[in-house]
Amino acid sequence: MAEVRARLGTGCAHCGLAVPPERRAIGSAPAFCCGGCETAHGILRAGGLAQYYALGERRAAPVRPTGRSYDEFDHAAFEELYVSRRADGLATAELYLEGVHCASCVWLVERVPLLEAGIARAELDVRRSLLRVEWDPRAVPLSRIAQVLDRLGYPPHPFHGVAREAMRRREDRAALVRIGVAGALAGNVMLIAFALYAGDLQGMAPGERQMFRWVSLVLTLPALLFPGRVFFTGAWAALRTRALHMDLPIALALAAASVRGALNTITDSGPVYFDGVTLLVFLLLVGRYLQQRGQRAATDAAELLLSLTPRMARVRQDDGALRDVPTEALLPGMLVEVGAGQVFPADGTVVHGQSSVNRALLTGESVPVAVVPGDVVAAGSENVGAPLRVRVDAAGSASRLARLLAEVEANARRRAPVVALANRLAGVFVALVLLLAAVTFLLWVGRDTALAWDHAIALLIVTCPCALALATPLAVSVAVGRAARAGIYIKGGDALELLARPGIMVLDKTGTVTAGRHDLVAWDGDPRWRPVILALEEGAAHPVAEGFRRAWPDLAPASLEGVRHDVLGGVSGRWDGREVAIGSPAFVASHGAEITGWRERLAGAAVTPVLLAIDGQVVAVAGFGDPVRDGARDALDALRARGWQTHLLSGDDTAVVTAVADALGFAAHQVIARATPEEKLARIRALRAGAGVRAVVMVGDGVNDAAAMTAAHVGVGVHGGAEASLLVADVHLTAPGLAPLQRLVEGATRTLGLIRRNMLWAVGYNAVGVALAMSGRLSPLVAAILMPVSSLTVVLGSWLGRSFVAAPVATTAASPATRHRRAA
Amino acid sequence: MSVLYLVIPLALVVVALAIGAYVWSARSGQFDDLDTPAMRMLHDDEAGETRSEKREA
Repeated sequence: MAEVRARLGTGCAHCGLAVPPERRAIGSAPAFCCGGCETAHGILRAGGLAQYYALGERRAAPVRPTGRSYDEFDHAAFEELYVSRRADGLATAELYLEGVHCASCVWLVERVPLLEAGIARAELDVRRSLLRVEWDPRAVPLSRIAQVLDRLGYPPHPFHGVAREAMRRREDRAALVRIGVAGALAGNVMLIAFALYAGDLQGMAPGERQMFRWVSLVLTLPALLFPGRVFFTGAWAALRTRALHMDLPIALALAAASVRGALNTITDSGPVYFDGVTLLVFLLLVGRYLQQRGQRAATDAAELLLSLTPRMARVRQDDGALRDVPTEALLPGMLVEVGAGQVFPADGTVVHGQSSVNRALLTGESVPVAVVPGDVVAAGSENVGAPLRVRVDAAGSASRLARLLAEVEANARRRAPVVALANRLAGVFVALVLLLAAVTFLLWVGRDTALAWDHAIALLIVTCPCALALATPLAVSVAVGRAARAGIYIKGGDALELLARPGIMVLDKTGTVTAGRHDLVAWDGDPRWRPVILALEEGAAHPVAEGFRRAWPDLAPASLEGVRHDVLGGVSGRWDGREVAIGSPAFVASHGAEITGWRERLAGAAVTPVLLAIDGQVVAVAGFGDPVRDGARDALDALRARGWQTHLLSGDDTAVVTAVADALGFAAHQVIARATPEEKLARIRALRAGAGVRAVVMVGDGVNDAAAMTAAHVGVGVHGGAEASLLVADVHLTAPGLAPLQRLVEGATRTLGLIRRNMLWAVGYNAVGVALAMSGRLSPLVAAILMPVSSLTVVLGSWLGRSFVAAPVATTAASPATRHRRAA
Repeated sequence: MSVLYLVIPLALVVVALAIGAYVWSARSGQFDDLDTPAMRMLHDDEAGETRSEKREA
């Protein structure tokens, strides 16, 4: 987007965004990128605020490549879309912040209220880089808040998942460029450093030595000025808000070491530190990138859901003309045209046309539903038949889809305590490092000022949290990558950590521990009736019909006449001149058949009976049930052996649920039948409340489980689940059965072990480094060896450690790929 | 070893070229998605849908 705007040069007269060709103005009239901007411009002009566009400050403000001026945050159109007013006069809005990369950012951002009067509260969700801000609009405009955030190094954006996609991509590319440049420079500086250290040991011509030192200075400067700049801006922002940010000691170490190194180069004396500095920049950027990516992946769910709704809608105006507007600008009452194959942009009522609608996204029900004028359609569902005209009932955050997202978001925010802890730890770490450096300096300054500087700088370099910053994200991202290859998609590192310790595993029955189908599990009757049954059920979309077809895939149906589908749940027809009827006992009885004795023929199994009657005589009985998935018992027993508590939750009938629970070894008090989605949610919340430190994991497949899955510590979506439930799940298993669940838990346990080992190494190296530096034994050579070796240990440990092993079967690889494709 | 005075600056030029190439490839989005293409190549192309169209979407 930014590139496009930059290329066009001129933009919307209001917001500076690119003006689409069809909206280009003729002559000198102002052009606008969208209806929203045009409206805002009109309001400003009408209100006598046109000088707003001439304000020098607006243009001189630090303009990001996005070209956005934050003044647009104050316009009526913006407020309409993103700001909500509370009863007490305060306004709240959600802003997406670029550049949020670690726990200490939360600390910093959440102190914005101290910088600007009128801001009541700022709450950052670091996993989603999402800031929720509450302010008094009479005291301070939102743009002012946005400017403060920008000055801190977190350019804000109104939160809208789809728009974020492009922004995030740009951010990722910038991060990769920084890492690549830093890595190349660090590699070259280190090569030169090898020569210099060898020269120190064996002797070297002074001229060559000086040239090598100058060359590494020349290579270090760009590494500091371009990729390393992020640490200085971060530290500067932290200083201005008087916060202890992780960037502070890093920037201090980088600045002190390079200034000292440059001085030593010019005066041709003492150590130069350049290898340490460049390597530091590189490793820290890598650690930060990995951590950010891990957090990002976890937040994709809502954006993906939202990105399934279209961005543009075709509005029919009062004069009958059609106009394309962004979905954000849709208001209740507008008429929109939705073509065949398009997705509904908002919730609405059909006013013209007949079609069928696929609601799979919301309900998991993949059979299209017919709609006629007067029917209600939901945003995110797909119009499969013919064009429809729809009157918008609810758009944007009021749509059913958006409310589903709000639930997911609210649940994500509740997971904050972990972040708070990391936050405090970072603060303690920073304070400790600065204190130790000061102590070292004071210890040595009495003897020799130059030595004191050297030792303090050495300490700052050696304690820079490279290995520490790499330890967790690296182990997690390697594990997540391996898990993906094993058919397990994990969206966040915290899910892995929670799954590593035994907790409470709650499983949905239908579709999770069972196959979620109607399968023919019992049959009593002559095989010669089978073609008749297939003929009766031919073409029917009913689950029972599909069950018969699955059971006898190779049989050809008999030829029938006068096939009639009855609303009572059965089919009748004539075969060979005889009356045949198939269906529920009630239906068959209504066709005059004598239906006693069928129960015995099914041997009392908990199944749905289907009877076939010919000329009023029941000739065959079929039982339909939902078979337990293969290997479910083994997987559950393995989990129980690891100390997991297993629970079964189902909306199904008590008799059916009890049968499955008995077969799978669930204790009676751990089984709940006939649970509505709300009861499932309540059950999860109750378990969470009583779980203490143990994690509650919800395993499910349907939209009826989605709320429960987000309410649990970890939500696991199983193979074949509804799209919406898979998107809200923290973990998505793409192989059928429960064996992947067992592999997931085992892999998570091993990953946590890896993280612990990594941390131990990193802390150990830091401790050794501090001891050496404070006692003055840390020569630049030792520091130069210690730092990369500690990071290398962590990298190798993460790579070589066993976390996830590939699944033995890969028969269902198609499902994740198609999902990715839809998300792309 | 006076050849070093020629070789080192030359090496720096090569480094600059390599960095330039990398920056170009990163900025043109070649590292945007490292997982999906690996899976995508295992499946048949869908008719009427090309890579570039998807990227624009």
